[in-house]
Amino acid sequence: MSKPTTDQVPDGGVVAEDPADHSVWPLWEVFVRSSRGLSHVHAGSLHAPDPAMALRNARDLYTRRNEGTSLWVVPAAEITASDPDAKGGYFESAQGKSYRHATYYTQSEGVPHL
Amino acid sequence: MSEALGFTAADSATRISAGEAITPEELRSAGAQADEDTARYALILGDDSLILAQRLGHWISRAPELEEDIALGNIALDLLGHARFFLTYAGTAWGKTEDDLAYFREEDEFRSARLVEQDNGDFAKTIARQLVFSFYAHELYRRLVDSSDQTLAAIADKALKEVAYHQDHAGQWLLRLAGGTDESRQRMQAGLEAVWAYVEELFADVEPTAELAGTGVAVLPSSLRENVMNGLRHLIDQAGLEMPDVKAAFGADRTGRFSEQRGHILTEMQVLARRHPGATW
Repeated sequence: MSKPTTDQVPDGGVVAEDPADHSVWPLWEVFVRSSRGLSHVHAGSLHAPDPAMALRNARDLYTRRNEGTSLWVVPAAEITASDPDAKGGYFESAQGKSYRHATYYTQSEGVPHL
Repeated sequence: MSEALGFTAADSATRISAGEAITPEELRSAGAQADEDTARYALILGDDSLILAQRLGHWISRAPELEEDIALGNIALDLLGHARFFLTYAGTAWGKTEDDLAYFREEDEFRSARLVEQDNGDFAKTIARQLVFSFYAHELYRRLVDSSDQTLAAIADKALKEVAYHQDHAGQWLLRLAGGTDESRQRMQAGLEAVWAYVEELFADVEPTAELAGTGVAVLPSSLRENVMNGLRHLIDQAGLEMPDVKAAFGADRTGRFSEQRGHILTEMQVLARRHPGATW
């Protein structure tokens, strides 16, 4: 049986354009700044219909034991992440380049406080 | 307030702490002692929170999303916390513990309002019930912090911040359900209609509350009406819904009479404690 279209539905009826779009709330990533922390740290994720509710859900899920003083919620879809499978290309080139670290260099004589 | 009662600030150096909130155990060990009328008043306040907590707990695993399970569960636990304070304090007048009062009183000994006893219904009805109760409770505690009874004032001070969040939670959902689909809007309006008959009972000047209000211990229920109803009207207008025009249900005047639902709620709430008195785990 084919899906009813809007004009086939009697008055007052609703047909979602794509039910899948509305059946699941979007995913949000949660960042919490703890009472002793200087920066927001990724705490986890949650589902919420919109930013205001995401913030409230974050408060319930991630700060209920007095962990936080500040919360950020970010739509997970808005995060551009590096490809976990391409880790080699991204990060390994830093290995073996010890000259990028200060400890590679010997301290010059007569230079104090270095 | 809390210093006057000798409550200790419980904040610690650990990341997870109870903050500076007082606990029912501290309330008891601080030697708070309620007189008969004050205890009866505390019982009215405590029973509302206890029954509503029990009702809300039923949503766990049944809410529309996991996140909402947790939100409603948190609110239920906050309310249970308030009930513990009020019942512990009430119990000091009769040599009873909070558990004695919660689990071993009969149906007609409870003083809860009919509003909090109403069935959960669908999510919208639960939100409607939450909305009314949290607006009422917020206004009540906002005033009760000035009570001449230091213990009631300290409990109200702790509860106020929590019910402010409950108010916000219900308000956010009211706006979203009203502004969602035709179906959600219709259900939200139906939810309001379903609970509205039980709003008026909250403002009845019953005994011993009315007398205690005269001495500054209690808040006169009828004096809460204006602010509560204005707050609700403002939000319902904002949501584009109609203020229900429903005849008030016959109230029980906090005497324990006239409740269809209470017995069923207590059966579930009390069965474990009664089947295994004193059980711990």
